[in-house]
Amino acid sequence: MSSDREKIFSAIRAALDPLPTRTEKPEWEESLVVCKPSGQFDSLKAQFADKLAFASGRFYDSVEPLAEFLKAEQSTFGYCDPALAHLLDGVEGITFDTEYDESKINEYSFGITKGSAGIAESGTIMLKDGDTSARLGALAPWIHIAVIDEADIVPHIPAAIERFGDDPSIIFATGPSKTADVEGILIEGVHGPGIQVALVLS
Amino acid sequence: MKTQQQIDRTARDLDPEVHDSNFMGAKLKSERRYATLHRDYDDPDKLRETAGLIKQHTLEHLDTYLAQAEASFQRNGATVHFAVDDDAVNAKVLSIMNENNAKSVVKSKSMLTEETHMLKYLEENGKEVVETDLGEFILQIDNDHPSHIVTPIVHKNRRGIAKSFEREGLGDYNDDPETITRRARKHLRQKYIDADVGLTGGNFVSAESGRVVLVTNEGNARFCMAANKIHIAVIGIEKLVPTDRDLGLFLNLIGRSGTGQQLTVYNQFIAGPKSKDQPHGPEQTHIIFVDNRRTEVLASDCREILRCIRCGACLNVCPIYRQSGGHAYRSVYPGPVGAVLSPLLAGNRFPELADLPKASSLCGACNEVCPVNIPIPDLLLRLRDKAKREGAKVAMKGTPNLAMWATLCSQPTMWKTALSMGHTMNYIPTELVPHPSAKSWQGARKLPKFQGGEFRKWFKNRK
Repeated sequence: MSSDREKIFSAIRAALDPLPTRTEKPEWEESLVVCKPSGQFDSLKAQFADKLAFASGRFYDSVEPLAEFLKAEQSTFGYCDPALAHLLDGVEGITFDTEYDESKINEYSFGITKGSAGIAESGTIMLKDGDTSARLGALAPWIHIAVIDEADIVPHIPAAIERFGDDPSIIFATGPSKTADVEGILIEGVHGPGIQVALVLS
Repeated sequence: MKTQQQIDRTARDLDPEVHDSNFMGAKLKSERRYATLHRDYDDPDKLRETAGLIKQHTLEHLDTYLAQAEASFQRNGATVHFAVDDDAVNAKVLSIMNENNAKSVVKSKSMLTEETHMLKYLEENGKEVVETDLGEFILQIDNDHPSHIVTPIVHKNRRGIAKSFEREGLGDYNDDPETITRRARKHLRQKYIDADVGLTGGNFVSAESGRVVLVTNEGNARFCMAANKIHIAVIGIEKLVPTDRDLGLFLNLIGRSGTGQQLTVYNQFIAGPKSKDQPHGPEQTHIIFVDNRRTEVLASDCREILRCIRCGACLNVCPIYRQSGGHAYRSVYPGPVGAVLSPLLAGNRFPELADLPKASSLCGACNEVCPVNIPIPDLLLRLRDKAKREGAKVAMKGTPNLAMWATLCSQPTMWKTALSMGHTMNYIPTELVPHPSAKSWQGARKLPKFQGGEFRKWFKNRK
């Protein structure tokens, strides 16, 4: 008796054999999937900031106003990638763990992790597992802060895909977790962050 | 007018509140989708046509791409399985769980597992299964099923949901959507942490690199594979695309076509188990490629329907879906795509669903919005023909006998004579003609004054 694999491949070939011709794969230019510009921007960073705001995200390019924002949100205890801990060193009123403790999942109100890239066209944050110190740190807290090097901002999705490499898990996050399941009314912060922040540093 | 088709009766008897929820939910999304695609691209139709050709190419070389995807996943450290039908895929998931002594599953939306009734199967075999998409979670506690591909509870309003939450002990009655969402967030959070397995579907698969692409707005699929050790992805064999580069095309289309977003909030690309030095993520990744009659669809003259990327755009724009709602389609896939796909996937149960291809005005709107350019109206006609040839009774209900008309149309001499005598129609009280087809047609329409019959005479005398 043949296996399911053999049965499926055999059925596919039987289905395709009678076709007199087969559709060729079309060639397509990158410009086909690049959006019309939605404004004049003097840098990818400026475009990224604009599109992130359009996607209900928040943009910072220095630590001080971000720290003030966290305090204003009463988000003063969270998780931080150990490699990024120096950013909050000396900021009064904010404390964090550098090792993610699952038992504190409801206590961490912010999570700071490295963002592998930013996509200017859509305000998207790209997270590669190899760069992410803790998946839950980027997902479970109410506020997620992705720290992105300005040089890692790319213009569009095809450019981000070119950076995939062999990473086993990559995420594009465009704005906060959201749903419109209840009567089509948009609610942010369903399972993941209610506030998605990019901290872009040179 | 007497309605005999099942979908007409369902639409007629629909609770007005449910009708309004369906209608408004579908209409809003359709308008947003138009605005987004046309705002962002000079030639959105070129995008749709290219995406359609890529999917058609992939389907017509499916054996090659499926073998390539299998090899790519194996190279990434994932385990690849194949399941020929619903029993096989259910048994495979159960066996992976039993081999790992896993007791509980958190599930992110997968239409294919709806096809196989996997949730019920796993529960009957002693496993705890929790739906994590907010809409699917509400359906689960209500013992209901989806009525839309993207917004599964489009048929429910906040009052009904609040009552369900109260009944399930998720707080006192409160119909504020934000409160409902927060309560679900709190409840499901612990379920993610406690579960042994994360079970998902897959929107796309890149054959080149062996990546499952998952598209969600809530982030539930990401959560399903953050805290637990096993990820199982149940994927239809038609979800393949050739390369990672092609994904750029489809991700741009699915967000805009589904909900009017430029991109869906979370687009995940999963190649295999987590890296060794990462604290979170599954240690095992199982990819189950499922046939479940897709190869029969591939062999049919309706294979274009397998291009579908499940964005729901055709549902939102369809005048029939808007009036009747998804449950009227009596199957997993509603709306125009469901009217084609469901009878085909039903196999030898085709006659039971053969009326669905008639649930269309053939207005062409579904084809116009489809991001992969599926000629849905053509496919509906092919299936109507199939139903007629196979004598499917459910498709014939309420249909007047048009044999006389067919004879007239297929005999050139009779047709020409009839046309030349057409003017007599203006003096006959046609509403009194006792033939059922004439009565049925004129029950809701008035015959216009006949003005033709002169063209052939005029044309004959032309030099």
